[in-house]
Amino acid sequence: MGRYLIRRTLFLILVLFIVSLLTFLIFVKLPAADPARRATGRSTTPEQVEAAREAFGLDKPLYVQYGRFAKGLIPLPGFFLNEDVYYSYGNFIAVKEEIYRRLPVTITLTIGAAVIWLAMGIPIGIISGVRKGSIWDRAGMVFALIGVSMPVFWLGQLLLYFFWFQLGWAPPSGLQIGASIWESIAEGKFILPWITLAFTSAAFYARMVRGNLIETMSEDYIRTARSKGLAERRVIYKHGLRGALTPVVTMLGLDIGLLLGGAFITETLFGLPGIGELAVKSINNNDFPMVMGVTVLGALFIAVANLVVDVVYAFLDPRVRYT
Amino acid sequence: MSDERHGGPGDDKGSLLAPGTSGSRSGLGKDESFVEQALVESEVVPGALMPKEDIGRSPWQIFWRQFRRDRWALTGVAVIIVMIVLALIAPLSVRWTGHDPNFVNLDALDSFGLPGAPAWWPCPDGANDAPVVTQGGQISVTSPGCTAVPGYWLGVDGTGRDLFVRILYGARTSLVIAFAATGISLVIGTVLGVISGFFRGKTDTFISRLTDVVLSLPILLLALGLVSACGASAEGCLGGLIQPGLLLVSLIIGLFSWPYISRIIRGQVLSLREKEFVEASRSLGASNWRIMAREVLPNVAAPLIVYTTLIIPANILFEAGLSFLGVGVPQTTPSWGAMLSESASAFEYAVWLMVFPGLALFMTTLAFNLVGDGLRDALDPRTQA
Repeated sequence: MGRYLIRRTLFLILVLFIVSLLTFLIFVKLPAADPARRATGRSTTPEQVEAAREAFGLDKPLYVQYGRFAKGLIPLPGFFLNEDVYYSYGNFIAVKEEIYRRLPVTITLTIGAAVIWLAMGIPIGIISGVRKGSIWDRAGMVFALIGVSMPVFWLGQLLLYFFWFQLGWAPPSGLQIGASIWESIAEGKFILPWITLAFTSAAFYARMVRGNLIETMSEDYIRTARSKGLAERRVIYKHGLRGALTPVVTMLGLDIGLLLGGAFITETLFGLPGIGELAVKSINNNDFPMVMGVTVLGALFIAVANLVVDVVYAFLDPRVRYT
Repeated sequence: MSDERHGGPGDDKGSLLAPGTSGSRSGLGKDESFVEQALVESEVVPGALMPKEDIGRSPWQIFWRQFRRDRWALTGVAVIIVMIVLALIAPLSVRWTGHDPNFVNLDALDSFGLPGAPAWWPCPDGANDAPVVTQGGQISVTSPGCTAVPGYWLGVDGTGRDLFVRILYGARTSLVIAFAATGISLVIGTVLGVISGFFRGKTDTFISRLTDVVLSLPILLLALGLVSACGASAEGCLGGLIQPGLLLVSLIIGLFSWPYISRIIRGQVLSLREKEFVEASRSLGASNWRIMAREVLPNVAAPLIVYTTLIIPANILFEAGLSFLGVGVPQTTPSWGAMLSESASAFEYAVWLMVFPGLALFMTTLAFNLVGDGLRDALDPRTQA
């Protein structure tokens, strides 16, 4: 296990290096617009632009530029996203500060949505799997089919249209940066975003749980449980579910890791100032340090989630052992 | 998942016998486990007898018999065909309506600059009263404008363009990118997957690590970055080699989605290469490349087809999502995602802007998913392995 963890950590560092290099190449080697020119505004003298270039370090050779940013990715206090390099080209706010201000919104969105999709997906999957072919199974799988086909940004608009505009049950979209999370939740600002974000995942989880349950129920150990005279209910809920829900833990970890890096579409649609909205805004503004910070953070969340999931999996499933 | 659709006593699911092989379970991506599940879901009863009507038929004939009975999958096929036809006849719609997709008709906007509704749209009572303009110059939503404009079948968008024509052209964008991107990921994924599973050893380790790396990338972020960096100016990027447009978006989507395919294929090939027919071919002196092309590849066709049909709707949504975020295809190219981005701030007074592009997008993805499910049930990939 120890060697395995070391190997995985090294792999994680490799991934972060590749992500940072890719991001750097995309934004610096393929420049859409000169950040110095953008930052200084429309009516500037060439000297001012030159000064801005120097301040941003854009006059240095590329490897020096990359080195400056790479140093800020070392996950140690004092290094990580240091303010000398990692500040917005647009409004000169430190990347770290901006991320800290927005992270609570993204975390709230992710956790709330995860609760909803688990609460919907798992029961639907279990009922469909246990009563395969019944009317419940059909209804559940129609829901799942609609869910996996539904464009998130259309669902969000439909929900807003009906529940805010027509019925007035939900508050309109939009949230101030720095607004109190608890108050916003109490005002119901997160309800529609949660449902929007959870819908597709609920459908995926329902399909997955159903499939896993049906598969698990044909395993030998289920036959053993049945033949030793256990009640069918106990066979399903004690032995069957354990096998069927283990992959859900894996999937949940990966999904949460992915979403903590930003729910781009949901955040943009509902005007929630989270990491995803920041990423989209920074990319559109060609705000390189911000993009670098957000991208590496997203990669870090994914990689850590991968690692955690694999370790947890080894504990849940005794057949899996890492060396 | 849709075994229930067949039903009936003639259901010969599970008649073909084959011990299934499913790859490792840990660390799967969402899409992959979805297919993984597809591969293991239906029950196979070893030793069951073949139904009489299947005896002497080729696997493809059996597949076709199954598929043809699946009403939902056939509906999906019909919808896809309609969408392809609509995309093909898009230029004709310009002839019928007299509106180019980018033709701006300011007369189709009312005096407040609000888009006109389709003539048949059920405007609510009193909606044609002038909308109230508040002090801030914002249009009040309490009295939505709803002025019907003749000659616009599905209404007008916010800048005075024909929504019907744009939706047809949007079908082109959507389908072209989805097919091209899927094609790219299919080629890369299949080649790497077959090589990786067949040669094993160092080659396999290298390709598997590469797959792991790509799967750990924050894909949407990098895609957003690439499209915006390459699409921001007309010169494109890489010294003009890559131009903004359909090809760029297809390339990016394709380059990020191959690992799912390659993992599936690798798992299949790992078990196939131990089979007797591969051994037989080898002992007849066939080269590795010949075995891969003639023995292994045809046997991974079934899961490949199923997976391809399920990855197309995902890619359609990927393109629409990029366009929704404003970094997909260039703005003059009609795209359903971009239309839905516009409607997000307009559905209070012009619901049709949200309804029609959204329906088009949803119907298309739903249709592909229906067909994918039907194919999976009919092909039952385990039987092919």
